[in-house]
Amino acid sequence: MISGAEIMVKCLQEEGVEIVFGYPGAVICPFFDKLCDTDIKAVLVRQEQNAAHAASGYARALLKVGVCVATSGPGALNLITGIATAYMDSIPMVAITGQVRSDVLGRDVFQEADITGACESFVKHSYLVKNTADLPRVFKEAFHIASTGRPGPVLIDVPVDVQEGTVDSFEYPEKVNIIGYKPSVHGHPMQIKRALEMISKSERPVICAGGGVLTSGSKPKFREFAQKTNIPVVSTMMGIGVMPSEDPLYVGMIGSHGVKAANMTIHNADLVILCGARVGDRAVAAPEQVAERAKVIHIDIDPAEIGKNMKTTIPIVGDMKNVISQMLEDIDYTAPAEWTEKVCKWEEDYVAKPKKFDGFVEPKSFIAKLSSMLRQKAILIADVGQNQIWCANNFKMSDGRFFTSGGMGTMGYSVPAAVGAKFARPNRDVVAVCGDGSFQMSLNELATIAQNNLNVKIIVMQNNVLGMVHELQDIHYNGRYAITELSDVPDFGVIAKAYGIESAVAESNEDAEKYAEKMLKSDKPFILICKVNPKTSSR
Amino acid sequence: MKYTLSVLVENHPGVLSKVSGLFSRRGFNIDSLAVGITEDSNISRITIVAHGDEYIIEQLEKQLNKLIPVIKVRTYTDGEFISRELSLIKVNCPAKQRLDIMKIAELMEAKIVDVAINTMTLQFADTLERFETLTDLLKPYGIREIVRTGTVAIEKDSAAQRKPTV
Repeated sequence: MISGAEIMVKCLQEEGVEIVFGYPGAVICPFFDKLCDTDIKAVLVRQEQNAAHAASGYARALLKVGVCVATSGPGALNLITGIATAYMDSIPMVAITGQVRSDVLGRDVFQEADITGACESFVKHSYLVKNTADLPRVFKEAFHIASTGRPGPVLIDVPVDVQEGTVDSFEYPEKVNIIGYKPSVHGHPMQIKRALEMISKSERPVICAGGGVLTSGSKPKFREFAQKTNIPVVSTMMGIGVMPSEDPLYVGMIGSHGVKAANMTIHNADLVILCGARVGDRAVAAPEQVAERAKVIHIDIDPAEIGKNMKTTIPIVGDMKNVISQMLEDIDYTAPAEWTEKVCKWEEDYVAKPKKFDGFVEPKSFIAKLSSMLRQKAILIADVGQNQIWCANNFKMSDGRFFTSGGMGTMGYSVPAAVGAKFARPNRDVVAVCGDGSFQMSLNELATIAQNNLNVKIIVMQNNVLGMVHELQDIHYNGRYAITELSDVPDFGVIAKAYGIESAVAESNEDAEKYAEKMLKSDKPFILICKVNPKTSSR
Repeated sequence: MKYTLSVLVENHPGVLSKVSGLFSRRGFNIDSLAVGITEDSNISRITIVAHGDEYIIEQLEKQLNKLIPVIKVRTYTDGEFISRELSLIKVNCPAKQRLDIMKIAELMEAKIVDVAINTMTLQFADTLERFETLTDLLKPYGIREIVRTGTVAIEKDSAAQRKPTV
């Protein structure tokens, strides 16, 4: 005889899960109890939302499914923001929630919430498991769905009696067979051929790369393609890192918060090759204008993204890795020098010159400097707000990774995601950059960091305001700062001390660089507080 | 533009809410929706009539296809399919009007399923257009209640046969 909880744990082992991020509760106890018998590490976060963010950071760092676990009712509900954040950024994740006994479902008993119903629009799929015997199939399907096609979160809600129930034996299915789920991974050869023809005729092509290039693991092939064709590359926020920042072909991030040269490039192109990018409103505010001037080739694993935001001339549905490899094999084209020179000229002409204020750290140049101090393959995780834009436009790397909550823009993402990323990649530099607003949304995770002695570095850009909205109020609301002032910001150094974490306060770039050096040398967690002038703009 | 979507889904609890939820959260209205088991008891067919422009229809088709329990989606265009809707219409009918309404029913091929002192109930299974004609004819007498099943549709093989092969 084997219990449902044991089956759940065995399923995780079968899937090669090494770590789960979670928070306990009465109806998920059977699962956690059985988890103790295995090598799977259970990391206790300090609020369930952060379990999902940590699983997200972990998944991104390893390109592997991240797992988070919470109890029923409030525990599950707290997960929602994290699940939705992962959904928007196509992060492979399995969220497991305990549920009240199946015979009292729907009676509004203590800590009951219809979590599968509540999560409907933020999950790739969800299960409410009614029979212990269904668990192996459900887990197999969940991991398959989360990690294939366009990745995304899958929720498994397991009533406590299903965890306690027993069946005769455990057998993990070898294959999944879901008739309605067969993502097409190979691009249609005819479409690829047409795309190559279109590229060969273009005079001003540009590649716009999104997160899909990174999640599909096709970065090396992608770089090869760009280099072979000499086509300039711009990226969305999710696509940062597809090219080395200093590569002459890489122009920068597009969009309302992006680099001017990148926007100039995409708006002057006669052919836009969208690679794993959904071009959300923040990336291209007026996609119809781009599509009017340029032909559009859109490569994406998710057919629903093609034509959703930008009119497409040639759609190619398939896994980026397969499509780009195929294109690489058959392409014989070099972008005209006239065009690439023009793009380079824009890059030179539109260099932003950050304004410095005495007694403050200038964050843009500091992030650029910090990049050079980090080891190769470092992971920088930006939170949401001005800090996100400073990082997106100034984090320079050749092979590092940049994580952020791109689609949902969830404040408080960086610290828990850094926890997950550090567990995934203990030998890499993992730095979370947040503002004083976003830091205060998840500083409870300092306890998780301290408990696990996790070598996570946190940089807090403290400007005593909620900078992004503050800036918006400057522009659109005549400088009336409605609830954006964080007056009497707590002494973060004292808070750090309370958790036994070392910290330093920088009031100039020299300070910041000096402390950053110290921070990166230490093998312990560290919080670097940078005082930033609230007048510093995001771009 | 009015369109008819025929969606084959796995016959599981919660699938209907996934499908209908997709419409509501994207702000698309549904005119009618009918669900029933197909020749395979593991599979149900959901027939949805709604309206929207080409972009909306394309998006809906793609988003529906993304749902895991959805097996196949088809959008029917005019002439390709046969559609029917069953309705029950309760109409005011004092004794002196019975003959009139019986005549209308006969003319429209509606079946009289209940006759009471002051009302008569007709059963009608036909296309939307014919339904509208019938209700137009009955309106002057005073329609008390209408119950409709929503449209169901099936592909017209004879139309497909006539299409030139490509």
